[in-house]
Amino acid sequence: MKARVFVTLKNGVLDPQGKAVHHALEGLGFGGVSDVRIGKLIELDLADNTSDAAIEDMCKQLLANTVIENYKIERA
Amino acid sequence: MKAAVIVFPGSNCDRDLAEAIRISTGTAPAMIWHRETSLPEGLDLIGVPGGFSYGDYLRSGAMAAQSPVMREVKAAAGKGVAVLGICNGFQVLTEAGLLPGALMRNAGIKFVCRDVALSVENSRSAFTGGYEAGQGVVFPVAHHDGNYSADEDTLDRLEGEGRVAFRYAEEVNGSARNIAGILNDGGNVLGMMPHPERVVEGAHGRLDGLAMFEALARLG
Repeated sequence: MKARVFVTLKNGVLDPQGKAVHHALEGLGFGGVSDVRIGKLIELDLADNTSDAAIEDMCKQLLANTVIENYKIERA
Repeated sequence: MKAAVIVFPGSNCDRDLAEAIRISTGTAPAMIWHRETSLPEGLDLIGVPGGFSYGDYLRSGAMAAQSPVMREVKAAAGKGVAVLGICNGFQVLTEAGLLPGALMRNAGIKFVCRDVALSVENSRSAFTGGYEAGQGVVFPVAHHDGNYSADEDTLDRLEGEGRVAFRYAEEVNGSARNIAGILNDGGNVLGMMPHPERVVEGAHGRLDGLAMFEALARLG
């Protein structure tokens, strides 16, 4: 089975990359973009019996830094 | 005085750090590869060097923090052994949970590589006892992810407990409250982004970092 982990910066954490991309979009003439935040998508190929708890642990121990990031798990 | 320097794949300041320790203590530190599962007996100081461990994959310092040797570094830190993390070493120590907060991408996005002015905020630690409180020093920085971030409560606690060791005297990377280096609650773990080991001998053009290594030499 597969799972996708979305790692995103917590609200309030400055995202300089997002700001630069936002700026570049405006430079290209795209209006109406009020904010850009950049995150990561991690795709996991897992044994079928992998528990939700195990995936949570992977996120907490390594995949996300919970000081500054949130994570969301989506099982495929 | 017995010291060790941890070496990860991608470390590139390990030899500079070892040389700074050798100059000040007269003894070369043991170089410990990240796969080691034990540290030499009786260490007084562990250095976690700068560089780009594991190519900064996932997050700077995240992979190195999970290295086998870091379990031993954590255990040693828990017993009061001095641990000095510089640049990538600071990132590794935060990722390993030995220091609070996180180092994020520089606010200006660019890699910053230049001399910066700092003030020594806490001159009572084993690392900073050779400086005066409030003393100005100049150390080089060379980093992309040096923007120190922590929640307000953590920042207040660090300030209140005198655990901000170094503060930037100028804008460098967007760090919260201009924090350049912090101590753990026991005072035996220091993480800092600037490089004191790059200003310890005449050829470096400046000797501002020497006082740190001379203070550490007195540990053993």
